[in-house]
Amino acid sequence: MSASSPTAELPVPTSADPPAALPRLLAGIHGERPLTLSEHLDQHGEAPPAGGGGRSRSRARARELIEEVEASGLRGCGGGGFPTAVKLRSVAAARGRAVVVVNAVEAEPPSTKDRTLLQLAPHLVLDGAILAAEALRADEVVVATGEHAGGSSAAAYAAIEERAAVGGHGRVALTLAAVKGGYVAGQESALISGLEGREALPTFTPPLPFERGLHKRPTLVNNAETLAHLALIARHGARWFRTLGTEAHPGSALVTLSGPVVYPGVYEIEAGSSLSSLIDAAGGTTRGVRGALTGGYAGSWVPASAITELVLSRDGLPAAGGSFGAGIVLLLSDDACPVAETVRLSRWLAGQSARQCGPCVHGLPAIADALAALASGEHRDGSERRLRTLFGLASGRGACAHPDGAVRVIASALRAFTEDFEDHRLNGPCERCSRAGELPLPPRPGPSREARGARRAGP
Amino acid sequence: MSHHVRVNPITCEAHGICAELLPERITLDEWGYPIVDEATLHGEELDHARRAARACPTLALLLQRERSKSRV
Repeated sequence: MSASSPTAELPVPTSADPPAALPRLLAGIHGERPLTLSEHLDQHGEAPPAGGGGRSRSRARARELIEEVEASGLRGCGGGGFPTAVKLRSVAAARGRAVVVVNAVEAEPPSTKDRTLLQLAPHLVLDGAILAAEALRADEVVVATGEHAGGSSAAAYAAIEERAAVGGHGRVALTLAAVKGGYVAGQESALISGLEGREALPTFTPPLPFERGLHKRPTLVNNAETLAHLALIARHGARWFRTLGTEAHPGSALVTLSGPVVYPGVYEIEAGSSLSSLIDAAGGTTRGVRGALTGGYAGSWVPASAITELVLSRDGLPAAGGSFGAGIVLLLSDDACPVAETVRLSRWLAGQSARQCGPCVHGLPAIADALAALASGEHRDGSERRLRTLFGLASGRGACAHPDGAVRVIASALRAFTEDFEDHRLNGPCERCSRAGELPLPPRPGPSREARGARRAGP
Repeated sequence: MSHHVRVNPITCEAHGICAELLPERITLDEWGYPIVDEATLHGEELDHARRAARACPTLALLLQRERSKSRV
């Protein structure tokens, strides 16, 4: 795990001055050690009080914070990209005592940015969560980590202890929870099920968490990075936030870069900067590149020919056929077969279904089968048409967006690697097909689903 | 008040009764699960929808008012 910044040549800001440029979220970080509370305060200064000082005063401050977040244009960094201010307002308007959930589950195998942020800058994430909680008059913050939390869980725990020792977070109780589950466990409603002690599986909505979430309370579920941005917006304001980035995607963003580069890892970039500059910051490539998977396993493939032009932002990537998602860029080397990778990914995604909704339970394995047939040169003419039919049947019909994301990423592979698929359809497997896959496809955790079919561990 | 039908895909067990009672809005996919047209129901369709919703063994077919279509 490494964390650095492509434009780290800028001087380190002096105590509590708003950083003019990058890094923002990762400011002051050296190596893999978490910033202590005092280091965090030296770096960023005290967070402005959001609560206290009488009811009308605290209400005015809560309104100001939400207005500032709205003006900043901050959107959720977990993949959905939903406007954070709208979420805050929805929870604020719901009846009952609210609760704030920090989503650091990060169940996307090619993403490590949330656990990295929580490990290195736990107090910034906690600041954001506490500020949101105070603005919503919530009395509880739950930090939720996932199966592969690594050092982030211990760092969050230590940070909570540090704050308790100095009595630093007023009336807001901070707790840490580990949620078990596979790829869908990070989905909002699944996360809440997991926190309530059930299996972390998506539920049918509405009600959405903002109206009835954790223990039936109005619940703000925000990604860890989103809340860290909020902590800085509360300090320095929306105008400062917008001094980086684009109109449609202001500020900075964490990106997990993996594949054949010298220094894969988590980078804080300016939204709207180029993938080329990120690859340069990562020491350049070590092998030829066949394509880039952008946005994660619900995202989109971009062919090698388009990579140098890619702009890393929520509007720039879709314009080139990519997705921003949770800030994921996975470069596929030219040692790999993109067709074989897509077949393996489709099988893995089918195995990650929560197995609750018919169109997902039946549709995703059927897609994986059709894709495998296409890749092996069987059913030369039928399988592509069959795939298109199945894409339609699987999309938009589940309780969560898992089947939609699976269809998106598989359909994007067919577009990005058209010639490879055509070659496999006509000639069968290529010499690269039998090589070990490059996409990380971890086996599904937990024993409860071992016995069921359509499951395959990654290479 | 205008209404539409929606299916809860988690509770749906592909009994298929809805497609018989509301063929105007529901067809079945190759696995027997309903493909639902969520457009506004008119006149007789609304009666058929009510009957279909009541007949669903798992109560997975939902008759909803238009405004609940909006989501956050």
